[in-house]
Amino acid sequence: MDLLTKDLLRLATVGSVDDGKSTLIGRLLVDTRQLFDDQLDAVVAASEKRGVGDLDLSFVTDGLRAEREQGITIDVAYRYATTPTRKFIIADCPGHVTYTRNMATGASSADLALVVLDVATGLKEQTRRHLCIAALLGVRAVIVAVNKMDAVGWSEVAYRGVVDEVDTLARELGFASATSIPVSALLGDNVVETSSNTPWYEGPSVLEALETSEAETWTTAASGARLPIQWVLRQPGGGRTYAGMINGEPLEIGATVVLLPQGVETTINALNFGGESLTSAPVGLAADVGLAAETDAGRGDLIATAPLPRVTNDFTATLCWFGDRPLETGQRLRLKHTTKSTPVRVEALTGLVDIETLRVRECAALDTNDIGLARLVTADPLVVDDYHVNRVTGSFVLIDDVTNATVAAGMVGHASFL
Amino acid sequence: MELSLQTPRATDHLDVLESHALFIMREVVAECERPVLLFSGGKDSAVLLHLAVKAFAPQRLPFAVMHVDTGQNFPEVLAFRDRAVARVGAKLVVASVQASIDQGRVRDPGPMGSRNRLQSVTLLDAITTHGFDAAFGGARRDEDKARAKERVLSFRNAFGQWDPRAQRPELWQLYQGKVNPGEHVRAFPLSDWTELDVWQYIAREEMDLPSIYFAHEREVLARDGMWLAVGEFVEPRPGENVETKTVRFRTVGDANCTGAVLSGATTLEAIIDEVAVANVSERGATRADDKFSETAMEDRKREGYF
Repeated sequence: MDLLTKDLLRLATVGSVDDGKSTLIGRLLVDTRQLFDDQLDAVVAASEKRGVGDLDLSFVTDGLRAEREQGITIDVAYRYATTPTRKFIIADCPGHVTYTRNMATGASSADLALVVLDVATGLKEQTRRHLCIAALLGVRAVIVAVNKMDAVGWSEVAYRGVVDEVDTLARELGFASATSIPVSALLGDNVVETSSNTPWYEGPSVLEALETSEAETWTTAASGARLPIQWVLRQPGGGRTYAGMINGEPLEIGATVVLLPQGVETTINALNFGGESLTSAPVGLAADVGLAAETDAGRGDLIATAPLPRVTNDFTATLCWFGDRPLETGQRLRLKHTTKSTPVRVEALTGLVDIETLRVRECAALDTNDIGLARLVTADPLVVDDYHVNRVTGSFVLIDDVTNATVAAGMVGHASFL
Repeated sequence: MELSLQTPRATDHLDVLESHALFIMREVVAECERPVLLFSGGKDSAVLLHLAVKAFAPQRLPFAVMHVDTGQNFPEVLAFRDRAVARVGAKLVVASVQASIDQGRVRDPGPMGSRNRLQSVTLLDAITTHGFDAAFGGARRDEDKARAKERVLSFRNAFGQWDPRAQRPELWQLYQGKVNPGEHVRAFPLSDWTELDVWQYIAREEMDLPSIYFAHEREVLARDGMWLAVGEFVEPRPGENVETKTVRFRTVGDANCTGAVLSGATTLEAIIDEVAVANVSERGATRADDKFSETAMEDRKREGYF
């Protein structure tokens, strides 16, 4: 969801396999009493059955048979938590490189990334990849849980070493804030309550940090209102309204808007929600609007206010490639952008992002889970903003025409750190 | 950000969930050829129908409503179904488990046996017969650990199966429901709603519900750690005592596998207070169908269940 309420925080866990993401979320949910008795009993029973001790906290979110058998997370689990200060939607993401596409799924709607890493092994390549993807997806706030502190005797030196590494990367990736916390997800230290095992640490617990984080996903720069038309509604009087979710800025009756790609300037003369009429509508509302001009508009067109997005069928984009086979220049796919689908051709692959150095280098193809830059040419014109200006009009997916599988996440333009 | 709705309420998390659901429903209707809304008569499907009306107002619903009828319903729920569907002027399709039994598609579990698992066959047959390529369901991710893993638009292969190891990436709000002939998607607009959100929304929207959700006196018997309503589908076995208790139902499923909870809550406000402090999950408290094994829901979903 887009922005809206401060009392609702969407977060995604980020980091490499086995560093303890699911255990941390399990600990957080158990210690804040978010689990019902029968759910906790079921986790205890499953732990005993598999001989993994009294309570394997990762089973709170690893609910699939295969996940419990293998002891890894395969796909995102969504969990919901409420504390007196906030509601949380938690996406517990898989760390394994094979399931990077599922991590991106979880992170694409997150306001905050909860990075989990093992203090003994530090910043692994997969953690770097995840942080890089989170940054590309526009997540601005990061909380870094340096986990398994109990295994290094609560060593401040070990903690500082990892924090220095992560801080450097977080700065390079342009995160607005990064709060680091020494934790033991297994034992619960500094997860909900601050721990006496880390007297040298004076910061918040993970829960306190989550409750007070001022996460923001959207650029504060005014980007203009955007309403991609989903569906045309016929009104009883004979007129039509155009249904879609409002993004960027609110809309109001009388506002001057431009219908794109047609380029027709007109005003809003009706604004409804669920059959009720409004005089103005906030960002995030699934509204329907009427236009004063007699014009032919439909699904895939976009209603915008200034500063206007651009109309183009040839643009540069950042891609996270999830296809099983490599992506090469000249390949044809289908592209879904806002409410429009169109054939697309990869005109040129212009670079591959080196996860270790964050440098862009030349490449012949993108392999599964690679991040790269490409010039794309679409059959129909698109109405786009750069992703860092507007997530809705700046994002797209690529789809395999034969299997209908989603094979890439795409962002118009490229991140400032590339 | 200035948030100014003309309606006399603040923009809160219910508004966020509501608009998200409307957006999903419109995307599915726009992208799929023949959607259908699965309606059980329970509170979640009631919310789903309410949202569908809002998404397409002032037009009529651009899809039919389908009830998979096990023949073991609470009569109050069937009455509500007919009332709700008539009010919105939707077309009702009833897919009958009894018909599946009569046609020999599934084996009759007997008059007292559970038809819960048989529903998957009836559902998939109906989807094929009517050529539906998308089915809206009221499932929520907070209900069960397998549902917690499922996409908003969840792909089903030509056999109706869910493959939890090969779900399509689902980025941002770019829901893509394209399928090849014979395949379909399940769409879950209430994915991010919790049980409490559903009740708060029902209260805010002053929605109608089946009367069994509210406290009433009923003859019940204790079985498998649950209070089952004595009636056509549940008769006392030797040694079981029939008692009269003040109960209500927290979920609505088949009469012979849905337990009642002891409760005096006769109003939505009282129910919300109860839900807010409950220490047993709604399915744990009331559903025998989830207690078969550790992964009962995942196993049924793989077979094509809701």
